[in-house]
Amino acid sequence: MNSKDFQAIYMLWLRQMKRFLRARSRVLSTIVQPIFFLLILGFGFNMAVFPGMEGSYINFLAPGIIAMAILFSSMFTGVSVLWDKQSGFLQEVLVAPVSRLSIVIGRTLGGATIALCQGFIIMIIALFLGAPIVDFKGLLLTAIIMVLLSFTAVGFGLIIASKMRDFEGFQSIMSLILMPLLFLSSAFYPINESLPGWLQALSYCNPLFYMIDGIRGSLTGANNILHPLVDLGIISVLCVIIMGLGTYFFNKSEA
Amino acid sequence: MNIIETENLTRKFDDFLAVDHIRFSVGKGEIFGFLGPNGAGKTTTIKMLTTLLYPSEGSASIAGFDILKQRANVRENIGVVFQEPALDTELTGKENLDFHARMYGLTPETRKKRITQVLTLVDLLDKKDILVKQYSGGMKRRLEIARGLMHSPTVLFLDEPTLGLDAQTRRAIWEYIKQLNKEEGTTIFLTTHYMDEADFLCDRIGIIDHGKILVMDTVDTLKKSVGHDVITLSCSNNEQLQKRLGQEPWVSNITPHDSFLTLGVQRGEEKIPAIFDIARTINVAISSVDVRKPTLDDVFLYYTGRRMREQNPETLRSKVPKPSGIHLRRQRQ
Repeated sequence: MNSKDFQAIYMLWLRQMKRFLRARSRVLSTIVQPIFFLLILGFGFNMAVFPGMEGSYINFLAPGIIAMAILFSSMFTGVSVLWDKQSGFLQEVLVAPVSRLSIVIGRTLGGATIALCQGFIIMIIALFLGAPIVDFKGLLLTAIIMVLLSFTAVGFGLIIASKMRDFEGFQSIMSLILMPLLFLSSAFYPINESLPGWLQALSYCNPLFYMIDGIRGSLTGANNILHPLVDLGIISVLCVIIMGLGTYFFNKSEA
Repeated sequence: MNIIETENLTRKFDDFLAVDHIRFSVGKGEIFGFLGPNGAGKTTTIKMLTTLLYPSEGSASIAGFDILKQRANVRENIGVVFQEPALDTELTGKENLDFHARMYGLTPETRKKRITQVLTLVDLLDKKDILVKQYSGGMKRRLEIARGLMHSPTVLFLDEPTLGLDAQTRRAIWEYIKQLNKEEGTTIFLTTHYMDEADFLCDRIGIIDHGKILVMDTVDTLKKSVGHDVITLSCSNNEQLQKRLGQEPWVSNITPHDSFLTLGVQRGEEKIPAIFDIARTINVAISSVDVRKPTLDDVFLYYTGRRMREQNPETLRSKVPKPSGIHLRRQRQ
């Protein structure tokens, strides 16, 4: 890492910001979609009684939707390497005299910035809908978990992108991987003894579960299963592994 | 010192050999060109030399750095202009150049100066703040060239640099490439399927076809290898005339083509009467005759058995193996 690499990271970050802000429809849809989820599911299930759930359903749902927004947006950033591959721009990036690591970092930071903005917008809306914040320390921990979640998702996207040649597989990845991850993550319903054993087991194998549980624990301080710091530990390890793999695969791929 | 050195460089795509054990070197300050039809393996070679593709076999070095083991050092020494567009269409022309400049660590002053300089060169200065997606094909190409010239690399790779450009812009770009080579000592490796481009720019060329280098030398030597003059004949019986003329000591490289014969001779205009006399003795009627200095087209024809400009879909590179008959003449030499 030298000053050249930092300049490259900044440039890659700046490029993503510009691209994102110029694609107005994307700005709109990435914010509106989670808001729909939050409002419609939130009010729709608000009457329902889940065994062992504290507080209103919106309070329970908010952390899940924040995580969902970050997950989708960051995954998209990772997979969008494919766009660059198809447009040929990836070659321009890959022959530049900067390390592959700084290319990955630049893209990750760009994706994370966008994802976090979206995450915070959802969070603010959730606050207006009545989700409580425990304290400032909790908010800080939530922000850290959100960053880690975003990095992990970008890394995951990079792995997928390096294994795909075109967009044909993109749709199936979304429905085959992302949807089960989301439904098994405790985003929409609490994971507890009232569920079948196999469903519980699957949920505990799901990385997203720990991220949502962590946000829930630190932000609202209710309905979490593990202590937020335990979640943080698990998430950190996962993040390092996935980012490492993402960098490795990106490094190996040919343009 | 040689700036580019390759050793049995090979790349396979599944069962298809795109580049087949090529070996060549390019000296410092040289303009070296790969001349060959589409699909000959030119782009694949460039991609391997610029660390974008891994060779299946063999190796190469750029400015003394191994393309497999010292990839970062290689990248610091090269600039590339790709054949396919490699621009971010959501950014403006100027932003694309700015991106490039920063990725290559140019200082802010150099950055500003070079951006204006190269944009002027390709005549895009007034379009610099328009998004690239609104550019025409030619404008994109010009922007791409401008970008490749921005930083001053040890070796600049140009993959079909003037493909799809108008004559005027081509000229301007040729001049700039020459100037860059002369003033900054940039070694240039280019690929092209334009004869005039190779002729005008290159000190040395390699003719490449089917992933193999058929011949490699200075443009002058290559042309002389065909003969000092080339006579093209068409007549009522090519085969018979070829057989007869082949016996003459002053005829070299007599080659049959679909409907005509070519032969290399010295002082061609003086040989035409002799050829007519010979044809008359064997009762062959000559219907047309042409004498000229050899061009790279003749060189290409001589070494590959076909004209570059006669490319049709069948002769373009595909996974279907070529009929081996096309190479008959080369084996006969």
